[in-house]
Amino acid sequence: MTQERQFGNTILNVENVSLSFGGVKALDSVSFDVLEGEVRAIIGPNGAGKSSMLNCINGFYKPTECTIAFKGESHHQMETHQAASMGIARTFQNIALFKGMTTLDNVMTGRNLKMKKNFLWQSLYFGPAVKEELEHREAAERVIDFLEIESIRKTVVGRLPYGLQKRVELARALAAEPEMLLLDEPMAGMNHEEKEDMCRYILDVNEQFSTTIVLIEHDMSVVMDISDRVVVLDYGEKIADGTPDEVRANQRVVDAYLGVKHD
Amino acid sequence: MFYREAGQFKSSYQADQAIFPIIQDRWFMAIVFVVAYLVIPLIADEYWFQAVLIPFYVFAIAAIGLNILTGYCGQVSLGSGAFMAVGAYATFKLVTGFPELNIIIAFLLSGLFAAAVGMIFGLPSLRIKGFYLAVATLAAQFFILWVFNKVAWFFNYNPSGFITAPPREVFGFLVSGPEAAPVTRYYVSLIFLTIFAFAAKNMARGHLGRAWMAIRDMDVAAEIIGIRPLHTKLLAFGISSFFCGVAGALYIFVWLGSAETEAFDLLNVSFPVLFMIIIGGLGSVLGSILGAGFITILPIFLTNAPPMVGIAISADFAKHLEEIIFGVMIIFFLIVEPAGFNRLWQIAKEKIRKWPFPY
Repeated sequence: MTQERQFGNTILNVENVSLSFGGVKALDSVSFDVLEGEVRAIIGPNGAGKSSMLNCINGFYKPTECTIAFKGESHHQMETHQAASMGIARTFQNIALFKGMTTLDNVMTGRNLKMKKNFLWQSLYFGPAVKEELEHREAAERVIDFLEIESIRKTVVGRLPYGLQKRVELARALAAEPEMLLLDEPMAGMNHEEKEDMCRYILDVNEQFSTTIVLIEHDMSVVMDISDRVVVLDYGEKIADGTPDEVRANQRVVDAYLGVKHD
Repeated sequence: MFYREAGQFKSSYQADQAIFPIIQDRWFMAIVFVVAYLVIPLIADEYWFQAVLIPFYVFAIAAIGLNILTGYCGQVSLGSGAFMAVGAYATFKLVTGFPELNIIIAFLLSGLFAAAVGMIFGLPSLRIKGFYLAVATLAAQFFILWVFNKVAWFFNYNPSGFITAPPREVFGFLVSGPEAAPVTRYYVSLIFLTIFAFAAKNMARGHLGRAWMAIRDMDVAAEIIGIRPLHTKLLAFGISSFFCGVAGALYIFVWLGSAETEAFDLLNVSFPVLFMIIIGGLGSVLGSILGAGFITILPIFLTNAPPMVGIAISADFAKHLEEIIFGVMIIFFLIVEPAGFNRLWQIAKEKIRKWPFPY
């Protein structure tokens, strides 16, 4: 599958990202790039700094030093709303949905950044405000259709089972029509069928909307199957970078996962 | 049986997004409007207007305001009394300083003053949450009332410290002052409540409401989506305080007629308004109105109930009894239905929908 796939230019380039919490170095000058339209995986043992990496990319953590270039625009640090408006969306390892709101409202919230009418128009719910609301409702419904969650549209998400919540979270991220989607363990805690469904959705998103995907995942079979290139982190350092086959063959990766024999 | 959405197919998103998507709800609202606008003014007497209905509507506006901030945006505030006081004192200064100014305009302008003050006191909300924010707003409550008490300019150097509603006309109707007819004042408060309730409902179901609820439910995720926490929270503080400010102006100029800062203190206003939204239902406009009704009408009911059934008790005993029953009912209610009247209303609708079958 990897052979025929063609990718565009570099969409994201991170250079020398370093992040520390007090004395703990979470990331130590990690650099890698992501090409337009590829599925890029970040893997590594627990505590390797994968989630921190995503948090740096979308501006939630402020790394001590780094250069992050997204779509050619380079930033020393990202701001969260800036990242969002530039087209980066993400999902979370522990579901971070708005639990008191319905599925539809959650998905619509994903489009909030695109909605511009101010509160005076909204309080009247008249003319342009209605038009805007309806346009975005239509776009939200397309995402709902795509992820096949029509039947739970009006259900409060707090009551949904785990697997569906994960899907709603993906829907919320997709609603923003991102150019790059960061997925933090999208398949954690799922059974086999749910994982297969989720893989299909991720690949469909990648194909149909040509969204670049950066994902963190622990299930190696998933990672090796769906990703085009893999970055491996261990203790905040990049230890390998390449196609799934290259990474699988890398001795340092094997050591990081299985341990090294001391004699 | 009668309350069913079955057979009502929506063929456009507009119909699905309507404020009352089900026809029975629309009929219900129409009936409520007819009763409030036509039937009540015909049958109510002065006591009902002055003791029950006007305070109910005025507090309902304040409760909707606080519900925007606390129920939708999740920022606990104990400062609603102070923001109402800002509205009242600003109106007082405006109508005495500019006697030609239409008092309705003065009410709205005072709302803007309250909004500005509310936003200033909302600034700490970026850094502090929950109980700590409640304490910060409590500071607003004490500080603002202290200022209004100390600086004589605010009450026009009146030796008694009272602010008094001067007589003012709108379209030939006297709406404030001691001579104003109760029915006119009733209509003023009702019209304000209607407009503000619809405005709040519309904001709550639009993208602004979703941004507020997103901040309430999961602020980290909201930030990642691109919602700016400070901007969103301050807007909630501003709009909430605008509602409270106008309610405060109506409180003095349409209901009480004259008052001093004590009328706005914590136990008279801030806590009752908070109870209203807790009992009515957080994050619900209808709940705010129901809660306001409950909290304003219950004490009156408790005072009047014993004589009605022929039990003669002394006035001060009745007063104590009323407070005890009031407290007990609130505790009982919170245990039985912590999500408030709004939830009870939904359950009732659900039951009517299935009637006569149990499920």
